[in-house]
Amino acid sequence: MSEAADFIAAEAALLDAGRFDDWLALFTDDGHYWVPLLGAAQADPLSHNSIAYEDRLLLQLRVDRLKNPRAHSQHPKSHCQHVLQRSVLENEDPGGELLLRTPFIYVEARGDDQLTLAGSCRHRLVRTPQGFAIREKRIDLLAPGRPLPAIQLFI
Amino acid sequence: MSGYRNSPDAIRALVEDDRVHRDLYLSEELFALEQDRLFARTWLYAGHASQVPEAGDYWSLDLAGRPVMLVRQPDGAVRVFYNRCAHKGSRLVSDESGNAGRFFRCPYHSWTYKLDGAPLALPLKAGYEGSRLRECESGQGLVELRHVAVYRDFVFVRLADEGPAFDEYFGEVLGAIDNMVDRSPEGRLTVGGGVLRNIIHCNWKMYLENINDTVHPMSTHESATQAAEALWRGHGPEERKPMAMEQILPFGSGYDFFDRMGGRVFANGHSVLGINFSIHSNYAQLPEYEAAMQAAHGSERAAEILERSPQNSVFFPSLSLKGSPQAIRVIRPLAADRTLIEAWSFRAAGAPDLLFERAMGYNRLVFSPMSVVAHDDVHLFESMQKGLRAEGNEWVSLHRGFDPAELGQGTITTNGTNELLMRNQFRAWARYMAPDAGASA
Repeated sequence: MSEAADFIAAEAALLDAGRFDDWLALFTDDGHYWVPLLGAAQADPLSHNSIAYEDRLLLQLRVDRLKNPRAHSQHPKSHCQHVLQRSVLENEDPGGELLLRTPFIYVEARGDDQLTLAGSCRHRLVRTPQGFAIREKRIDLLAPGRPLPAIQLFI
Repeated sequence: MSGYRNSPDAIRALVEDDRVHRDLYLSEELFALEQDRLFARTWLYAGHASQVPEAGDYWSLDLAGRPVMLVRQPDGAVRVFYNRCAHKGSRLVSDESGNAGRFFRCPYHSWTYKLDGAPLALPLKAGYEGSRLRECESGQGLVELRHVAVYRDFVFVRLADEGPAFDEYFGEVLGAIDNMVDRSPEGRLTVGGGVLRNIIHCNWKMYLENINDTVHPMSTHESATQAAEALWRGHGPEERKPMAMEQILPFGSGYDFFDRMGGRVFANGHSVLGINFSIHSNYAQLPEYEAAMQAAHGSERAAEILERSPQNSVFFPSLSLKGSPQAIRVIRPLAADRTLIEAWSFRAAGAPDLLFERAMGYNRLVFSPMSVVAHDDVHLFESMQKGLRAEGNEWVSLHRGFDPAELGQGTITTNGTNELLMRNQFRAWARYMAPDAGASA
């Protein structure tokens, strides 16, 4: 359990350091990154829309775009900081899949502007020879339906 | 510059035949005037009837700074009221949506109203005997918006008593709603999947004119389309693309593509971009859906409905609509430098789920606060809002394709990169902001 919590802390640290390729490598091939529009109340990603619902292909697109000098919205660059509360193990199924819940505050800064979001991450982790991989990172925002400014990096 | 309120000539001077003055985007005074002259006297999109399906359902929103609510009546009609208790002004409902039951009850002093707005009851009735209450506005119940048009379930309102009639105002552009609704084999759309809301620190006109800007995708969206192209390289042209790739790759189409798609402008600032084809034209065919359309409409009419998928149809000044994918954007100006953009997805009755997934998928990919496409747009809108404060050039160029013969014409069909689609919006803006009669608001 504490290993899984360490993995989640290390995952956030990769984002905060801007190491997006290393971060993406943490996902399984069928992994998804999901920010439901209804937050914790949302049952699934297809019956209702989401702020983001991305497979490896779309996540790769996002990461590759950030490297392009003509990603205009990255002049100046965005930086992020995850402030995590202790991860709690919510479930561990016999197949070895772990579900952890991690409340967070997320800050994204760019130029003169700073955006703050609060919510809880739900990581669905699978065990690998190296440790863990992310099958799904679900981010339940506190107020996902309110008007939001651009969120350019990864919560 | 200020002092526009009492000077229609000064406002008129801001919109030249081929360029507009920066004050259109920067001036708080003009924004305050827009609330009264433009947004109140034109027809604004308020919502879709499917947001209030059952009797007693309400949906509340702010329209041009005024709190209003759509209310489904027991007889099935949708009526629109100001969301304000007749007593002291508290909003009657503070949730965005819900069901009022058989009447509205103000939480402050328990004044109640029927669903049609008529006053129902209030406490300590005896205390009002001999008072003027019944003759005053406060005794008349809720204030209903008198100018409401429900066109194929799209609800529009005109806040002011003065202004053009609904059909006269929109005219031919209503065909874009027809096309969107006719794409349902049952002729019915419902909103679904929630609404994506974006706050952008720019003037609303920048957003609205960009909806008709076909020359920005190649440079603005270069980083997103290059990343998509690189990821898809190596796949054959016949290979079925994932939906997101199918939707994002056409953003990289060249100037020639966007020019040939064509556009059409109508009186009062409305337009249809992509009258010949658009970035939405090459989505995978769905034989089952086409069969359902043919069964519903006959094969000739079905083909006619499905053959065109315009890029955007603008219902000036508050709505932009796509027939396929079935998605709309609603433009809600909040201040001279602040705009709320809502993206709504629709489900077409009798059509396969995939159509609804396309609508949600497109909105998520392109109009979400996390959209990699929108990030560059938003950056540039906010950049213009700052850049326009520079001195030495107070004008925004709209010269591309200008032809003096276009002046005074109503409907014009043109090439897709002609900035006429934007000039047409500003000409409508000037007509409402500086009426010829010299009447000042």
